[in-house]
Amino acid sequence: MGEIQFKNICKKFGDVKVIEDLNLTIKDGEFTVLVGASGCGKTTLLRMIAGIGPATSGELFLDGQEVSDVPPGKRDIAMVFQNYAIYPTMSVKKNIEFGLINNKVPKEERERRIAEVADAVGLTPYLGRKPSELSGGQRQRVALARAMVKEPKVFLLDEPLSNLDAKLRVTMRSELIELHHRLGTTFVYVTHDQTEAMSMADTIVLMKDGRILQVASPVRMYSDPGQVYVAQFIGTPPMNILPVEDRYLGYRPEKVKFGEMKGTYCRKGRVLTREMLGSETLYKIELHAENAPEKQGTIMVKTEDYAHSIGEELWIRVEEDELYFFGKDEMRIKPGDGSMEAEEILERLRDYAGLHF
Amino acid sequence: MEKQSLSKYHSFSYGARRGAGRLLSVLGRLFLCLIFGFPFYWMVITSLKTKAESIQWPPTMWPRILSLDGYKTVMTAMDLTKYFKNSLFIIFWVIVIQLLVMIPAAYAFAKYEFRGKKIMFALVMMAYMTPTVVTFIPVYIMFAKIQPFGINLLNTLWPQILPFGANAFGIFLLRQSFMQIPEEVIESARMDNAGEISIMAHIMVPMSKATIVTVLLFSFINHWNAYFWPLVMCRTDEVKPLILAVADIKNVEEGIVWPTMMAGNTLVMLPIIILFVFASQKIIASMAYRGVK
Repeated sequence: MGEIQFKNICKKFGDVKVIEDLNLTIKDGEFTVLVGASGCGKTTLLRMIAGIGPATSGELFLDGQEVSDVPPGKRDIAMVFQNYAIYPTMSVKKNIEFGLINNKVPKEERERRIAEVADAVGLTPYLGRKPSELSGGQRQRVALARAMVKEPKVFLLDEPLSNLDAKLRVTMRSELIELHHRLGTTFVYVTHDQTEAMSMADTIVLMKDGRILQVASPVRMYSDPGQVYVAQFIGTPPMNILPVEDRYLGYRPEKVKFGEMKGTYCRKGRVLTREMLGSETLYKIELHAENAPEKQGTIMVKTEDYAHSIGEELWIRVEEDELYFFGKDEMRIKPGDGSMEAEEILERLRDYAGLHF
Repeated sequence: MEKQSLSKYHSFSYGARRGAGRLLSVLGRLFLCLIFGFPFYWMVITSLKTKAESIQWPPTMWPRILSLDGYKTVMTAMDLTKYFKNSLFIIFWVIVIQLLVMIPAAYAFAKYEFRGKKIMFALVMMAYMTPTVVTFIPVYIMFAKIQPFGINLLNTLWPQILPFGANAFGIFLLRQSFMQIPEEVIESARMDNAGEISIMAHIMVPMSKATIVTVLLFSFINHWNAYFWPLVMCRTDEVKPLILAVADIKNVEEGIVWPTMMAGNTLVMLPIIILFVFASQKIIASMAYRGVK
């Protein structure tokens, strides 16, 4: 079991309020990713769970038990730090063993568990080495092994992949997913990288300025964002957002197609840049349908079609059900939600002469 | 043509200048070695001369007759082992107490936030900057007055040990070294259920080994060579350290016997020289680290 519950949590650093009145439940056995731009408070939350950066006020429950006064070593939690925080003077084996010794695990069991974990992360040949003799990826594995060997209720991971090169990062990503499936324990993972969040999470917690904006599965986070910030944070490139008077219209770059078609949202534009990414091509397109209700601007388009060159004039189109609408407060509004705001925007778009709705 | 000769001239001058610079630097280093090395050399060869040769004019740069009389006299004239034991006892306890005080103090100053931290650290630095001559009389009076269990402390070695239990320089140096240890490593140890003592013993100290060795080495040399403080604190012959005993050699009626005196000095220097040979790499490493950072 490893359910974590935050209740009315506040955190101040000096006079600066970083987190205010936060409530969140992290479900047992799930891979939860806290994601947000730097300074949004995600690491602060993680450190609270770990017990190394207590909340200023509020309650933190672990399996229903209040743990604010439980020291970090007694919480049955393991953490992997961004810079690994390996003990540099100890061998790999001693690094993994240190926590077990402190928890008074008998020698035989220690040996067994270390052998098991070292085997699982592929460190067996390196057990006698000092951390300075290891590569970045191997150090990362030491940090992981050190956490795994404790067989904790909860794994905390603070941007564990950000110091690795791009290739290794992708490999480690799938290894972590596998690990989570194998262990079945609660994982809480902090990252600023939405790709990591999307690819690994069961549940994503998206944060901004110490507040939680949305808690959802990756699929829902992508297809059903609650506000402009979320829509633009998730997905690369971010969702195209165009102001329509004091409201907003949005659509994903990968949902845009070329050429006009009746019954869709169509606009004329000119290709500004083209980036060939392999299977896909990224276009930056300047829209110039005059007098259109949405303010004209540039949008990104991600498509398999690489045939268009810079400067080319073309039509773009988006299916109606791929359009998103946001209100004055940048919160999502949907057709049929009773406020009629979304219908108003749609009506406005349909009225425009260049449109084929 | 002209250009070529010009460049030739330049390269010659550059090479010459470089050569001259190198020569100067070698000469400078030789000169420094001479200044520091000659007294040692003079001490050792004098200790191996006969009494007559040691005061002869002009002096000889190498003993004509190698004589061990000086060493024999030192060994027989006094109970060398007693004084040697005194010195070792003092240094052993000074180092043990210093370690026990210095490591937790430096750890607290480096990694904890507490009320009065700045003032307390300022006090440590003041202690470091206060010269011994200011404190020796009050300390002496204190030891004369306080007599735990009726023991007159001045008849023991403790007045030469206790005042040095807190090594302000060591606390300062070790604090700097501890401050360079990343917070995450300590937090990680806390999550590994390590207590503060275990963190100090297994994380902080091994990571600051070079600094600790340096501090202890300075401490060792200071207390091995200490003359003034023991001179004040020693009321009886029983509590004299080696240095004082050797210094007494000159107080004989026949005047200063140089070979004997230098033999004594050589014997005093020996442990320090041996220690330095073994630890010099560590000292340089700890200093260089500080320099680069």
